[in-house]
Amino acid sequence: SISIQVRINQSSSLSSSIIHVLFSVPRNYDPTLHPFEVPREYTRALNATKLERVFAKPFVGSLDGHRDGINCMAKHSKSLSILLSGSCDGELKLWDLPKRKCVRTIQAHDGFVRGICSRFCGTSFFTVGDDKTVKKWNMETPGYGEREEPLSTILGKAMFTGIDHHQKDATFATCGQTVDIWDEQRSSPVRSFSWGVDSFSCVRYNPVETELLASCASDRSIVLYDMREATPLKKVVMKLRSNTLCWNPMEAYFFTCSNEDYNLYTYDMRRLNAPVTVHMDHVSAVLDLDYSPTGREFVSASFDKTIRIFRKDGGHSREVYHTKRMQHVICVKWSADNKYILSGSDEMNIRLWKANASEKLGLLSPREKEAHNYNQKLKEKFQHHPQLRRIARHRHLPRDIYKQRRELKEMLGSRRRKEKNVIKHSKPGSVPVVAERQKHVVNVE
Amino acid sequence: MNAPLSCSEGKGYLMVHTLVNFHIFPLSHRKKLTERSEASTQVSEFSVNAEGEGEKVKLSDLLGKMEKTPKNLNKTKKQLKDLEKKSDTLELPLSRQEKEKIQREVAYVKTSTEVSRWESVVTQNRNAEQLVFPLIQEPSGPKRIEQVVSGWKAQTPLEQEIFSLLHCNLQPTHDPVLTPVEEASLKAMSLEEAKIRRAELQKARALQSYYEAKAKRERKIKSKKYHKVQSKAKRKEFLKKFEDLCKTDPQAALEEFKKMELLRMEERMSLKHQNSGKWAKSKVIMGKYDLVARKAMQEQLEMNKDLTQKLVVPSEDEEQEQEEPKALPDFVNDPEPVGDPANPWMRGQLSAEALGPEVSHEVERPTEQFPERKEEEEEEEPENEEEALLREFEQKRRLRQSEDKGFEPVVSEEQEEFKNLFNRLVEPVILETGEEQGDEGLEEGLVRIHSLDDTELLANDHEASLVEPVPSDTSNMEASACPPSKNSKKVKVIDPSEVLTKQAKVIKVPHAPMMVEDEEVRNEQTTIIKEAFAGDDVVSDFLKDKRKLEEDSMPKVVDLTLPGWGEWGGVGLKPSRFKRRKFRIKPAPLPPRKDQKLPAVIISEKRNAALAAHQVCQLPFPFTKPEQFERTICSPVGNTWNTHNVMRKLTAPKVVTQMGAIIEPIAKDDFIKDKNPSKPQPNLQLTKDSSLAKTAPPGHKRRKK
Repeated sequence: SISIQVRINQSSSLSSSIIHVLFSVPRNYDPTLHPFEVPREYTRALNATKLERVFAKPFVGSLDGHRDGINCMAKHSKSLSILLSGSCDGELKLWDLPKRKCVRTIQAHDGFVRGICSRFCGTSFFTVGDDKTVKKWNMETPGYGEREEPLSTILGKAMFTGIDHHQKDATFATCGQTVDIWDEQRSSPVRSFSWGVDSFSCVRYNPVETELLASCASDRSIVLYDMREATPLKKVVMKLRSNTLCWNPMEAYFFTCSNEDYNLYTYDMRRLNAPVTVHMDHVSAVLDLDYSPTGREFVSASFDKTIRIFRKDGGHSREVYHTKRMQHVICVKWSADNKYILSGSDEMNIRLWKANASEKLGLLSPREKEAHNYNQKLKEKFQHHPQLRRIARHRHLPRDIYKQRRELKEMLGSRRRKEKNVIKHSKPGSVPVVAERQKHVVNVE
Repeated sequence: MNAPLSCSEGKGYLMVHTLVNFHIFPLSHRKKLTERSEASTQVSEFSVNAEGEGEKVKLSDLLGKMEKTPKNLNKTKKQLKDLEKKSDTLELPLSRQEKEKIQREVAYVKTSTEVSRWESVVTQNRNAEQLVFPLIQEPSGPKRIEQVVSGWKAQTPLEQEIFSLLHCNLQPTHDPVLTPVEEASLKAMSLEEAKIRRAELQKARALQSYYEAKAKRERKIKSKKYHKVQSKAKRKEFLKKFEDLCKTDPQAALEEFKKMELLRMEERMSLKHQNSGKWAKSKVIMGKYDLVARKAMQEQLEMNKDLTQKLVVPSEDEEQEQEEPKALPDFVNDPEPVGDPANPWMRGQLSAEALGPEVSHEVERPTEQFPERKEEEEEEEPENEEEALLREFEQKRRLRQSEDKGFEPVVSEEQEEFKNLFNRLVEPVILETGEEQGDEGLEEGLVRIHSLDDTELLANDHEASLVEPVPSDTSNMEASACPPSKNSKKVKVIDPSEVLTKQAKVIKVPHAPMMVEDEEVRNEQTTIIKEAFAGDDVVSDFLKDKRKLEEDSMPKVVDLTLPGWGEWGGVGLKPSRFKRRKFRIKPAPLPPRKDQKLPAVIISEKRNAALAAHQVCQLPFPFTKPEQFERTICSPVGNTWNTHNVMRKLTAPKVVTQMGAIIEPIAKDDFIKDKNPSKPQPNLQLTKDSSLAKTAPPGHKRRKK
């Protein structure tokens, strides 16, 4: 595989060099003939930044058809063009993304569709709902005259709230009152974990270390499991409840959870006593998140009607998406080719966004690509210059969110001020300085 | 008694058990067994009659009997006493919760160590200059047949025979696949290297053929006079050289002389100039009539005389030949090594270079000697050029070889220079690899950007904000504003004049066709200018301005006296002198102006707000020194200043994704080495691939340095 890759790289460089030979005029690179390199590049960088902001049009389209709020979504594990979505009235839809059309509608459950996951081979998918059932469906549309029926149905003892499938094996995990591991062939769970909690909201398999799981529980805790062990591994209790979590697909021991306290927290699985990074910017509870397949960024959906994109180690978001009509965003997914973001919200729409707001879609010619790379590099080079930074960081926000944000900022500021004052006016050393990261974990068991 | 006991329940029980066994058996032998007639729940299996049913056998009861058995008595007694003394109860087994806690702890430690194996991969990926996703790429184009049809087996005897043959030769079964040897050969050399080497070889061969053609041509020249002149000139030159050598280096001259002597002796022994050859005999016959022939004969005889004399300079042709520099390096003519005849790239090294002068190409040595001497003479000049070229090649080759072997190559100055240049180019990139950026988040507002004008506006109001000192939200800014105190330890302020003010070099390019002016015209102009500015005294004006500026910038004395405060006030009354002195505040003198000693210059030390909008006021995070940052800013990336390839390298994106390719999560099998592989891998090809994948994650593409 290595040699092949190298060959591909060589061929691409070869073609571009041919182009270079064909279209370039021989020139003198003597630096004295091309003076003012810094100012010239600075101007170019400034222009590139401005153009980036001008061309930042992230919204690609919306998929409408659901008759209730979208509660959950799932990506097809083998195809980029298929999306599954489940709504609050138990309806499930399969979408063709390039055509932006619904290709199949199933009344899957009574009550909410709580969770969907695609099997690793992409031939079938599982749903769980409020009616205490786990249903397995065929990915292919039934033929003419056939009824839309699940391949198999498992009736559980209690309501299920989430489901996730193993990366390679025929097992899946559900959560509800307990976290259960199921074999696809059996109608009762192979293993069920519980640890003094009666309701879980989310369970996710680690995509890299495939035997590991993590779940969010209603007692404000995040619990880690190993499928091979009889007991859960570890539990972190935080100040407020985490809604969902997601593992980093490229770095096995990192996961991020979206919390009710408007923040997201990235944890290192091995050191749970404090999060590695606290991601703040939302102004309401964060409901869902998904990592980009490259593991460098993640997207979060919030009750404050916005989607934000964070760098995996960035404390603040690099991008915020919103539209006038988008209401509370309940679920969000990052497409498997790292190009798009899908968000499902309360007002029955699924929206398709670009992951890079100003990116040009479609094929780029080699020269376009080169220019793009150059611009990116320039922006990176001059990113610290105030004017550039001002333009690059500017985002529009709707008035109410803007106000909320200001309010929140004031609140946090006053709290911080008070802390400072307390420290200032007490005996040195008697009031410890607590880092922001240390403030959110209550207990590790 | 035989109820299962956990080991934690103490050794006491067991000991009692063995003791009872030990001491009860002898009892039973002596006593008659009592018969049991009714079913009883409490019957000892050792048929000890439980007389007092429900009562326990006390240790003290047993002791009485033990006195009769002398063996080990004392020891057991002691043990029993110890037992009796111990009154504390046995430990309870752990509760379920605690047991689970321990289990959890153990399991957690195990999984976290397991997960930690990813650490190296994670850091590698973070530091990689470029990551290409998907990390493992499927080969494009048609697949090999064995990938499509797995589990196919050779069934007919013919097939089996063929396969066995192929296998024993390590021959791949399908033609797109290369043999291991071929793969190795592909790896042995990169394409560019091979190209360079091939070009060199081609050039060397061409030179050789030119040389041969030339030699041939000259050999065919029939003019005897030409050859004679040639040889004579050569001989003369040699003599001259020899004399020089005698003067400069007598030792070498002596050696040379010895060699000459040896050659002369050989010549004498060969009986060459004895007038006994065919040619000499014919000359003898012709000599009677032909003057020329007679002359030739004479010469021959003279030569003979010379040779037969003892200490005369012998004929020089052989020495000449020694001196004749090699026209070609031997590798050109060397046969390729037998190891891999099909592949020229497989020759990892050149044939051994013969540096000594004794090796020369014998093929070209003509039987006759005189003509050859003449040839040599003429060749020398052009040969030198070719020679130099060839030698250069050889040197390069040797250099490369030594590099291959890992020796420190001898780097020529030119290369050094280039390297420095390249390093300078690459350095900023290395510096910039730290990905962390000023993580201050977005500046969110109510303004939408629709066009370029909007961005301009944004920039403008930013400028405005810069001009009026509005305290920004971050504490960093405050830190930068106040002088470096103890708490702000890492804040370093860049001198704004150092950033973005790289001095441009003056270009000396003729602008337009130069005018040759007449003296008159020039004088006229000067007079005109003089007339026009007759009343102005520019110099004094400038000095005045400067003085004024200096005065303005001087700190002024502040008078804070309040007349009438604490004493009588009114018209004509002045505050007391004491008061005036007390409330007069003299500011500290400013540091000397920079233009103090420069009479013709005014240096303004005020901060330029218009320029400040474009300057970085605080050292960004990954940098520790302002110089580093400046260097990254000053090195241009664009193709105006760099060649195409360099520019492409400099602007290579960190993450490359393919259009429409699903990026799978990183796979354990490809990146983590399994210490005890559970399955032996069946296919040779497969194992090879996987081992490669383990050594280097294929997603990485590293820049050569």
